Order: sequence, then C-alpha cells, then structure tokens
Amino acid sequence: MISDAPVLQQSSEPAESAAAPSRLSRYARPMLGLLLPLILALGWELVVWLGWSNGRLVPPPSRVFATIAELARSGELIRHIAATLWRVGLGFAFGVIAGTLLGAVSGYWSLARRLLDPTVQALRAIPSLAWVPLFILWLGIFETSKIVLIAVGVFFPVYLGVMGAILIVDRKIVEVGRTFRLSGFAMIRRILLPAVLPAYVVSLRVGLGLGWMFVVAAELIGASEGLGYLLLDGQQLGKPAQILAAIVIFAILGKLTDWLIEVAAAPFLRWQDAFGRTKGT
Amino acid sequence: MLVLDRVSKTYPNGVQALARFSAEVSQGEIVAIIGGSGCGKSTLLRAVAGLDRASSGRVTLDSEAIAAPHAKIGIIFQEPRLLPWLSVADNIGFGLADLSAAERREKVARALARVGLADKAQAWPRELSGGQAQRVAIARALVPQPEVLLLDEPFSALDAFTRRDLQDHLLDLWADTRPTLILVTHDVDEAVALADRVLVMRPRPGRLFDQIEINLTRPRDRNAPLFENFKRSVLTSLDRSLDRNVPDRDATQGPGQAMWW
Repeated sequence: MISDAPVLQQSSEPAESAAAPSRLSRYARPMLGLLLPLILALGWELVVWLGWSNGRLVPPPSRVFATIAELARSGELIRHIAATLWRVGLGFAFGVIAGTLLGAVSGYWSLARRLLDPTVQALRAIPSLAWVPLFILWLGIFETSKIVLIAVGVFFPVYLGVMGAILIVDRKIVEVGRTFRLSGFAMIRRILLPAVLPAYVVSLRVGLGLGWMFVVAAELIGASEGLGYLLLDGQQLGKPAQILAAIVIFAILGKLTDWLIEVAAAPFLRWQDAFGRTKGT
Repeated sequence: MLVLDRVSKTYPNGVQALARFSAEVSQGEIVAIIGGSGCGKSTLLRAVAGLDRASSGRVTLDSEAIAAPHAKIGIIFQEPRLLPWLSVADNIGFGLADLSAAERREKVARALARVGLADKAQAWPRELSGGQAQRVAIARALVPQPEVLLLDEPFSALDAFTRRDLQDHLLDLWADTRPTLILVTHDVDEAVALADRVLVMRPRPGRLFDQIEINLTRPRDRNAPLFENFKRSVLTSLDRSLDRNVPDRDATQGPGQAMWW
C-alpha cells in the first residue's frame, strides 16, 4: 500500500519483524535530513576549537547558541520574535484574505478576470520592494507600511494559486455537480472548494515564505525591534554571532510555520493520489 | 414516458451534431443508441440529461420539459467521475444531501451491499479498480432512484471480462426498480445483450436511421443463435447507416429534414 496509514497501523500488528524496520525508518528518515547540517556545524566547531580559524567573522555554532541563550535570558529574544511574528501574522492574514477573495472572483467569474487580472499581473511584475519608498511616504515608517508590504508579498502567490486552481478544476467533475443539481453555493462548497484545496495549500505555503522574506526587508528598512532589526544591529555593531542567531531563528520560525500549515491541511488532503504520496514508504 | 421531439443541436462553430431526432421511450424500457463516431449520440444523451440545451426541438419526461438536470434523470458517464476527496460511501451518498444523515447512511449501506462493495465503504476512489469505480458510479446514480438512467458508453473503458460482468450487474440492478435506461454504446454485443430496442444513428448530421426491436427474453444467452441473428441485423443496419448511397428511411425523421450541405 502506498498511503501513510498502513505504516501507522503496522505498529499494532502482531508481525514484529515487519513493524520494527518500518518504525525505525519512520523516525530515521526525517533524521537523515539533519545529517548534513550537523556534520557541517560540528566540523566548523572543531576547526575553531582546534584554533585553525579564530571564528570571528564566522562564529562557531556554540557561540551562536550562546548569543541566542543570552538574548533569551534578557527577554530581548521574545520581544523581537513577537514583533516579527506579529508583523508576519498580520501581513499574511491580510494578504491571504485579499488574495483568496480576488483570486476566487477572478477564477469563478470570467468578466471579473478580464477586468481585474491584467492589472494584477502588471502590478505583480513590479518588484515588490520597489513599493517600499512609496509605502513609507504614504503610511509612515512604523507598523502599517511594514504590514502592507508583507501583505503585498503574500497576496500575489495566493491570488495566482486560487485563480489558477479554479480555472483548472475538471469540467467533468463540475458536471457531476450539475447532474445532481447543485446550486451555485453548494457547487462551490461541495465541488470547487475541495478541488482547489491542494493548490490552495501550496499557494499559502509559498505566500508564507514570501511573507518571511518581506518581513526581513521591512525590518531592515527601519525598525527598533524584530528579528530583522537584530540582523541590522548585528551588522552595525559588528556582531556576526547575533546575525547568525537571527538567521537561525528565522529558519526555525519559517520552517515551523510552514509545517503548521502542512499539518493543518493534511487531514483534508488524505484523499490525494499524487506522486508525493507514493515515494519513500 | 420520455419523448424526444425533433431535437436538433448545432454547435456555435456551425457543425450540426443532431438533426431533428425524434423518439419515444416508455417507462422501464431499455434503449440502446448505437452509431458511428460523430453521429451525435453523446450530444443526444447530454440534451436528455439537461446538461446541454438543444438548439431546437424538445425533450419531455411525463410531459415535463427537460432543459436542465432533473431529479428524475440520472446519468453515468464513460469515466466513473467519482469525487476523489470523498470516500466511496460519501460518493454514493452525494446525491442524497436532502436526506437526514441516518437515512442517507442506510441507503448508502444498502447500495454498497447491492453492488458488492460493502468492504470498500471507507476506501478512497483512488484505491479502486476501474470496474469497482464504475460500480460506485452506477450506485451513485441509482441510489436517488431516478426514473430515467442515461449511460454514455459506461463500460467502454473496461476490459472485456469486467465489461460483461458489469453489463449483467446493471441488468440485475435495473430489475430492482426498473428505471428507463438509455444506453449510448458503440458495442453491438452490449446493445443486443441489454436493450429492448436498438436505435441506429447515422452521422453528419446525427440523425435516426433505424430501429431494431430485440425480442429476446432475459436473461439472454449471448451464444444463442437468435442472439447472433440480432447482432447481425444490428451490424448490417450499422453498415448501411454509414453508406452514403443508402437514403434515410426512417419515417420519424419526417418531412423537412434539411441536408445541411
């Protein structure tokens, strides 16, 4: 069997010999991905420890983690993380709402698509960072301009994902809905929504990735707190360990939030019959 | 009674797919529609299903005009068209949204048992074989108890063995409530095995060419000489329908049958 379910079930089966290796591989496989970064980190640690490099510009992991621990102890870390998370969260929420609504309208209603889509595509062609000076002029240097910038970054992939997904919903499946006389709303709820869900989840994840990208840009431009501020502060005061600490935390938060979307969506996507499900079991 | 009254269909690109097709099908009758490719048999079925509107003419079921999908008319397509995000049981219950959950569960369970897939209730469509998936599609179409069931080459994607199996199974299910069946097919064997009457259509534009009554009792023995005779007469009619030198002869075409060229 191809799906994940049998793997889970096997642990309750009496066949110990079959259960043992599958349980092993279940935990061992994600660990495999950690192997390379761990080796590199330990290697660099060793190089600095042996004195082959002073590690001033590229501090070893121990120093990076010491910086993180210190920031955490002083309460600074939580404050910066909270500021950044708040910005990404709000920007992501606004971007997703706008992208989903406009994408759905454009996908569902061809007149709206003809009216709206060329403009959106033209705006999309503008590198989003080009908006920064304008946003600062319009909205000030504080939170609003940052959140709007993040929302703009999130908007485009979500808009495109939703519209594209609606446009390629299988006509044959829609016809099944028609033969059972689904009303417009029921058609959306029972056919279109589940059909676009896989692509929607992907677009949310892409959007979130861009949200993390743009929060750095926004915070580099002018902020007194946030992980992006930590980066800039580290550069200006010549503290590479602090920069790396912020980068590590960005990586962890980015991966964590992405994983949250994946996990939240997984129960709704168990039906998928796709390449991704078939490999690696 | 299902009445097709001079149903014509011309597509926006000017191709006339169907020209003044008339037929009457009584309740509980099984009619097979057969014809060469491009003879408009699928177009006809979609018009009866209310999925596409006829350019002119009308379809009535018990004197009610059909212009949109109707509760009393079910359809089974060439592909199962199951909704991949619903379990087999939920797929079968898809058309029963108006019922209470308990009623729906009960009907679905009965339908599942009837098509021999009770053990697949919670499976995903992707886990089914082609034949099993088409069984689910049949159950989904039959469970709201339609008066008319339309079948658009429902078994043509299956292997020969599964096809026969499902043909017999369809007849078996049909006997439960005896809905009217209209079966579009290109398989002469299938038409003669299932139908009370075979309508032969000819292409460009699609129109009725011939009708052949299959006066065989059920269950039918596919190896009986009489069965072979019927197959031969359907085949002969089919051959003649494709021969341009043979004029249209069916009276139901009526006068005013315009040649589109």
